[in-house]
Amino acid sequence: MKTNDTILQTVTKVLVFVILAFSIFIFFAGHNNPGGGFIGGLITAAAIVLLMLAFDMKTVKKIIPFDYKKIIAVGLIFAVGTGVGSFFFDAPFLTHAHDYFDLWFLGKTHLATALLFDIGVYLVVVAVTLTIIQTIGEDE
Amino acid sequence: MTLLHWAILAPFLLAIFVPFLYKYLKAIHTGWFVLLLPVTLFIYFLQFLPNTYNGNPIIETVNWIPSLDINFTVYVDGLSLLFALLITGIGALVVLYSIYYLSKKREALGNFYVYLLMFMGAMLGVVLSDNLMVLYVFWEFTSLSSFLLIAYWYERDKSRYGALKSMLITVLGGFAMLAGFILLYLMTNTFSVREIVEIAPTIINHPFFLPAMLLVLLGAFTKSAQFPFYIWLPDAMEAPTPVSAYLHSATMVKAGIYIVARLTAVFALAPEWIWLVAGFGIFTLFWGSFNAVKQTDLKSILAFSTVSQLGLIMSLLGIGAVSFHYTHLEENIYTVATLAAIFHLINHATFKGALFMMVGIVDHETGTRDIRKLGGLMGLMPITFTIALIGSLSMAGIPPFNGFLSKEMFFTGMLRAVELDLFNFDTWGILFPILAWLASIFTFIYSLKLVFHTFTGKYQPEKLDKKPHEAPIGMLISPIILVSLVIIIGFFPNILSYSLIEPAMAAILPLGLDERFYVNIYHWHGFTPELYMTIGVVAIGLAMYYYLTKWQSIYKLHPEKLTLNKFYDGGLITLENTSDKFTHSYMTGFIRDYLVYTFAFFVIALLSAMYMLDALVIDFSGLAPIGIYEGILSLAMVIAAFVVLFAKSRLTAIIALGVVGYTLALFFVIFRAPDLALTQLVIETVSVALFLLCFYHLPKLKQELNRVRFRAVNLVISVGVGIVVTLIALSANSTRLFESIAEYFVEASYEEAGGKNMVNVILVDFRGFDTMLEILVLGIAALGIFAMIKLRTKKEEGHEN
Repeated sequence: MKTNDTILQTVTKVLVFVILAFSIFIFFAGHNNPGGGFIGGLITAAAIVLLMLAFDMKTVKKIIPFDYKKIIAVGLIFAVGTGVGSFFFDAPFLTHAHDYFDLWFLGKTHLATALLFDIGVYLVVVAVTLTIIQTIGEDE
Repeated sequence: MTLLHWAILAPFLLAIFVPFLYKYLKAIHTGWFVLLLPVTLFIYFLQFLPNTYNGNPIIETVNWIPSLDINFTVYVDGLSLLFALLITGIGALVVLYSIYYLSKKREALGNFYVYLLMFMGAMLGVVLSDNLMVLYVFWEFTSLSSFLLIAYWYERDKSRYGALKSMLITVLGGFAMLAGFILLYLMTNTFSVREIVEIAPTIINHPFFLPAMLLVLLGAFTKSAQFPFYIWLPDAMEAPTPVSAYLHSATMVKAGIYIVARLTAVFALAPEWIWLVAGFGIFTLFWGSFNAVKQTDLKSILAFSTVSQLGLIMSLLGIGAVSFHYTHLEENIYTVATLAAIFHLINHATFKGALFMMVGIVDHETGTRDIRKLGGLMGLMPITFTIALIGSLSMAGIPPFNGFLSKEMFFTGMLRAVELDLFNFDTWGILFPILAWLASIFTFIYSLKLVFHTFTGKYQPEKLDKKPHEAPIGMLISPIILVSLVIIIGFFPNILSYSLIEPAMAAILPLGLDERFYVNIYHWHGFTPELYMTIGVVAIGLAMYYYLTKWQSIYKLHPEKLTLNKFYDGGLITLENTSDKFTHSYMTGFIRDYLVYTFAFFVIALLSAMYMLDALVIDFSGLAPIGIYEGILSLAMVIAAFVVLFAKSRLTAIIALGVVGYTLALFFVIFRAPDLALTQLVIETVSVALFLLCFYHLPKLKQELNRVRFRAVNLVISVGVGIVVTLIALSANSTRLFESIAEYFVEASYEEAGGKNMVNVILVDFRGFDTMLEILVLGIAALGIFAMIKLRTKKEEGHEN
C-alpha cells in the first residue's frame, strides 16, 4: 500500500527553504558569530536529507543532479587553492587577507579570503555527509 | 688497489664470467677456464716467499669505510702466505680433479664453479685480511658459499639438511665472532690485527677481555668443527667430493685454526685461552677418532677423521701458546707445539685431500661408498689403492711419511704439557698425552680400516652398481700429486721448514730482537718416549684392528638418544615448537585480547612513570566553583554511561549513548562554546542514526540480546585506565607551568584576521592547515564508505583460512 505523505511533503517543501536559508546564514555568520563552514554544511545536508525522507532518493537525485564525490574534490580544491593562492603574493601557505570593499549592491562590505577556505569546508562537509547517507541508503 | 687486492678479488670477478663461459663455450668443460686462476694465483703467491723468509711482511691498504676504521688492508706474513698457498694450491688440484669428476652433460657446472670461486676468493680474503671487519665479511662469505656447495645437489633431501645444519652452526659462530671483534675494537680502538697485537698486553685485565676471547673462540670452534660443534661436518659430506676435499678437509675448516693462530698473540697471556684451545682440541681429537672407527661410509670416516685432526692442530696451538710466558727462545720448549701444529696443518691438507679424492674415485667407479659393500678392489684399481695406502699410512703416523713426523712432534708437544707448572697443568696436564695416545690408536685403526676394508678382502661385484675399473688418468693426477707431496715431505721435511714453517711460526709466536726460529725436522731422534708411544700405537692398533668385531659393540653403549645430532635435531624441533606455542599463547587472533595488552601496558607504563618521576600532584586551589547545572548534567551523564554498560539490549545502549552525546552538547552550552554545541548536536544525531542503522542490520541468526559478559580482568583494566587518565588530568591541571597563549588569539582575532568569532578564526585562519587536513580526512572517510559498499566483490571461493 502506498502511503500518503502529502502533509509531510508539503511541510518539507516549505521547510527545506527555511533550513537552507538558515544554513546559509550560519555559514556567512561564521566569521563574527557562532557558525561557519562545518555546521553550515551539516545543516544544508540536513535539508537535503529531509527531502530524501519526504520524497525518495531518485526524486532527490533528479532535483539535485550532483555527484557528491566530485563536490568533495571541488571543496578540497577550494581549501588547498586558498592556501596555494597566498604564494602569488609572496606569503607563506594559507596566509589570509581581509579588507573592506565598497560593492555597488551591498555597500561597504567586509571580504576575507578565509571565506573561500570556508566554502571549501562547507562543500566537503555537505558532500561527505550526503555521500555517506546516499551510499548507505542505496545499499540493498 | 694493488695487485694483491686484485688477487683476492680475482675469483669473484671470474665468478661473474663463469656462467657466460658455461653457456657459450659448451664444448669445453668450464673447469678448464677456472683452473687457470688458482694456478696463476699459486705462482703469484709463491713469489712472496723471500719476503716472509726475510721477515718483511707486506701491507697494502685500500680505503673502504675510513670513517668507521674499516679498510681493506692486506697483510702477507708467514702465516697468511702458508694459508694462501694451501688455498690456491689445493684449489688448483681440486678444480683439475672436478673437471674429470663432474659430468659436463649432467651437472650444472656454471653453478658449481661460481660457488667454488666465491669460496676461494672468500678464503683468500679471510687469511690475508688485516682488518677484522673485512675478515668477518669474507668469513661469512665462506659460510655462504659452503652452504651453496653442500646443497649443490639440491634436489636431495640430505644435501639440504646438511647445508642448513652447517649454515646454522657456522653462522652462529660467525655472529659470536663478530661480537668478539667488536669487543676487541672497544678495548683497543682499532680493527687492525697488527695494532691489536701491539696493544694486547695492556688489555688483559679489561672486563671485555674474557667475553671477547670466548666469543672469538666460539666462532673458531664452530668453523673448525671442534667438539661439540663438529656435527655439521659429517652431514656436509653430501656435497660433491671435490667440495669435501677442498672445503671440508683442506681449507674452510682450517679458517678457525687460522683465527686461533692469528689471535694467539692477543689472547695467549690468559690461562683460559690455553686451557680452552688445548682442552677442546684434545677432546675433539679423541672423540673424532673414536667415532670414526664405527662409521661405514667412507666419507663419514674421513669427516670424523678431519674433525679429529683439526682437534689435534687446535690442541697443539693451545700448548704452543704457553710460549708467550717465556721471554727467551732458548729456554722455551713449547714452540715445538706450534711447529707441530703448522707442520701437521700442511701434512693434513696433503693426505686428507688425496684421501677424499681417492674416495671420490671409488664412489665414481663403483657407485657406492659403503664400506660393507666394497672390498677386493686392489687388483682392479691399483693406482687408487696406492694412493689410499700412502694417504692412510701417513694419517696413521707411520714412517716414512709426513704424518709420522708431525705425529712424533705432536707427542712431544703433549708430553711437554705435563711438565708445565702453570695454571694447574701439573695436576691435569697428564690427561693430554694419555688422550693423545688413545686417539692415535683409534686413528691407526680407522686408517687401516679405510684402506683394507675397501681394497682387500672379498670382492663383491653383485653388490655394486657398476663394474669397477681404474679411474681415468685426469682424475688421478691430483691425488697423485698430493701423495707425492706426502712422500716428498716425509723424506725431505726441511724443504718446508725454511720456506713456510719458520715464517709462519714467527707470525704466531713472540720473538725477541734478532731472534729467529731454526727448524730442523729429523726422522730419527733417538729412543725417546715419543718413539715408544708410536710403537705402542702401532702394536695396540694392530691388535685392536685384528679383533675389531669383538669389541665393536662398545659403540652401542652410547645410546642414540644422547648423541649430539639427536640433541641438535631435538633442539631445533623444541625451538620451533616452543616459539610456536609462545606466539600462539598471546597472538590469539581476538582483538579483545590485544586491547587487554594495550590497555594493561598503558596503565602499567603510565602509573610507574608517574610513580618514578614523582609526577602525581593534586592541587584544587585554582579550580572554579561548581554550579548546580554542572552537577545535574554530570549526574545525567554518569547515569547514561552506566546505562550503556549495564544495558540488556543494544537499543538501550545506543539511546543511552545518545543521551551522553546530547548532555555533552549541553555542557558545551554551559561552558560557552556555541560552535561546539551546534556541531556536537548535529554530529551526535547523525552518529546515533548510523548506530541505529547498524543495529537494524544485525544478522538474525546470532542476534544475542544478552548483557555484556562480566570479566574480572576487563573490570580491573578498565578501572585502571579510568584512574590513570583521571590522575593524569588532575596532575596536569595542578601544575600549570606557563600561561596559556589564548590571550594572543583574543587580541589578534579581530585586529589581524578581521573576525569576531574566535573559534572560527582559529579554525580557518590561525590554524587553517589543520582544518584543511581534517576535511581531507572527511573526504577519505566518505570515499572509503562508498568504496566499501559499492565495490563489494563476491567472496572468492577457496580463499585462505
